[in-house]
Amino acid sequence: MTETSIFTLPGVIGVLSSAVRLATPYLFAAVGESICQSSGVLNLGVDGIMLMGAYVAFVVTLFTGNVWLAVLAAMVVGLLMGLLMSVISVTLRAEQGISGIGLYMFGLGLSSLLFKVTVGTVKTVVGFQPIKIPVLGDIPVAGEILFQQSLPVYAAFLLVPLAWWFLDRTTWGLKIKAVGHTPAAADSLGVSVLRVRYVAVCLGAILAGLAGASLSLAMVNLFQENVTAGMGFIAVALVYFGGWRPVTIMAGALLFSFMNALQLWMQVLAVKIPSDLAVMLPYLLTIAVLAVAHSHEREPMALNRPFERGEH
Amino acid sequence: MASPDSPGTAQPHRRLTLDWKDVSFRVTLPLLAMLAAMLIGAGMLILLKANALTAYGAMLAGVFGSVYGFTQSLVKATPLLLVGLGICISFRASVINIGGEGQIIVGALMATWFSLTFRTWPGWLLLPSTMTMGFLAGAAWGFVPGILKARLSVNEILTTIMMNAIGLQLMNLLLRGPLIDPDGVKAGTFLHQSERLPEQVWLPRLVPQTSLHAGLIIAVLLAIAVYIFLWRTTIGYRIRAVGLNREASRYSGINVPFYQTLSLTLSGGFAGLAGVVEVIGVQHRLLEGITSGYGFSGIVAALFGGLHPLGTIPASWLFGSLLVGADKMQRAVQVPSALIDTVLGLIVMFVVGSAILSRRWANRRAVTTQGN
Repeated sequence: MTETSIFTLPGVIGVLSSAVRLATPYLFAAVGESICQSSGVLNLGVDGIMLMGAYVAFVVTLFTGNVWLAVLAAMVVGLLMGLLMSVISVTLRAEQGISGIGLYMFGLGLSSLLFKVTVGTVKTVVGFQPIKIPVLGDIPVAGEILFQQSLPVYAAFLLVPLAWWFLDRTTWGLKIKAVGHTPAAADSLGVSVLRVRYVAVCLGAILAGLAGASLSLAMVNLFQENVTAGMGFIAVALVYFGGWRPVTIMAGALLFSFMNALQLWMQVLAVKIPSDLAVMLPYLLTIAVLAVAHSHEREPMALNRPFERGEH
Repeated sequence: MASPDSPGTAQPHRRLTLDWKDVSFRVTLPLLAMLAAMLIGAGMLILLKANALTAYGAMLAGVFGSVYGFTQSLVKATPLLLVGLGICISFRASVINIGGEGQIIVGALMATWFSLTFRTWPGWLLLPSTMTMGFLAGAAWGFVPGILKARLSVNEILTTIMMNAIGLQLMNLLLRGPLIDPDGVKAGTFLHQSERLPEQVWLPRLVPQTSLHAGLIIAVLLAIAVYIFLWRTTIGYRIRAVGLNREASRYSGINVPFYQTLSLTLSGGFAGLAGVVEVIGVQHRLLEGITSGYGFSGIVAALFGGLHPLGTIPASWLFGSLLVGADKMQRAVQVPSALIDTVLGLIVMFVVGSAILSRRWANRRAVTTQGN
């Protein structure tokens, strides 16, 4: 074992390209959650939705072999879970932190229940394969890192400018932000706070479903109980980390997945630092960044506050 | 509705749910929420081609059909109650503690390390000091998010979740190295578990041939203590005041950051104690998966108990029974016990979702009382 091999060019390329790949589910989930939070709803159930998305995408691929049908199914499941969250948190105005935990438990329980009933044992599927983009993929180093990935990876990174454009440049995006900042004002201007929040929560949930699908079809190519291992919660943290801006969320996701990729390589190379200690690093880093760089400047003012007419 | 004059009245008004005058309404509502969730569970059972009546019957028989089953429900209720007590304290201060899992783990880790290190101490000294150390470890795990929230307004939901991950990794690290059972190493199995704890630190068993241990009595006594603390002491009053209205508390001179930190620290301490009790009461050693998800289900129990320490006692037993029953159901109708986890999630959503009804009801009541 050569401990220094991580510092060779292939080592660096390996770590960086897996960092880009590992960022995918975080990107889908965190960008979705940022849309949801922009409307003033904290959805803590992302991990549960991801689990359901991952399960459904896996099982559809396993039985039909059609990954596109699988992706569609994951989106539908995401939408359904988003509707459930909306009814509880928007219509019934429940305490969002807790209803999200309920949604998480529901998704965790249901995905393991269905997995045990329909599949039972560990099976792998052929998911999305890496696609080398012509010309760009041939660029030395950068091409190998960025342009020899699978389709969901490209989609996740394309989502970032798309989400920025949606939130900052479209009427719907502005409505979402208005409802998240000053719901009473938006309401008085005739914007239906409830309807906008439903749309934002469901959009976020559909993306969380996609995040799950990208995990089971383009990362691990399997499903097992609790396969996300808390990724959805990290995604929620990344939204705060990135200050509700898709581009900074992407930076956070890349930083987080880079730490993960590095730690995986250290395990492979049997570097002397205990790998469990390295596993803690991303979480410690997240807490540190939240503590140091956490700014409330861009936080949606009505975040975590159910809207009721006549209340401020 | 009844808050026309100033914006300041809105907040306490909404929080009238914390009025304890009508217990029956408050008991009925969560039970209805539970019934609804169980009905959906029954629907799922039917979809899975299992007989829902047989399944739920097996659950009931599993708990009430034998001394062992019944004591087992109390064994599971004990950590739920301890975690739930902590949840009562922090949620009453409007501080959301999702970090029960991590706090249980560090409590259990500390108890394991401490009692193994000082294994020569007599029981009367080792037992209380082990419990105190475990409490303090959990408290430290709650203090970090607490101080970050109070001083830097870092969202405690996120930090407690991060602390869960860190606690889990810490346990994995220690159970693979410093704390690993030397017997397992000798035998070559390398099981990820600790050495057996010295016998003088084991909690006495209450019923022979079962796992029911004295931790239950400790937990119930602590529930009464937490009730007195929250409703009969100044500190408890201030914790609740901070939860009801942060701004008003600050204007009236209450040190809000201090009480937020304190509530999360205490909350962590109780979860830590749950970890201790699992180790010295049930397993007598530290195993992977020691939390059994109690950090989350303890939240359910506390919510179900109306965030009241005394209400959390029956609620914990109810969910303890549900967990025991789930295993029996799995055996009776071959439906994975994960079904009950799903039902638990639904119960959480339905309970918080139905809070709007008690709020409306309280508002209507407030209006009628004003009319008189």
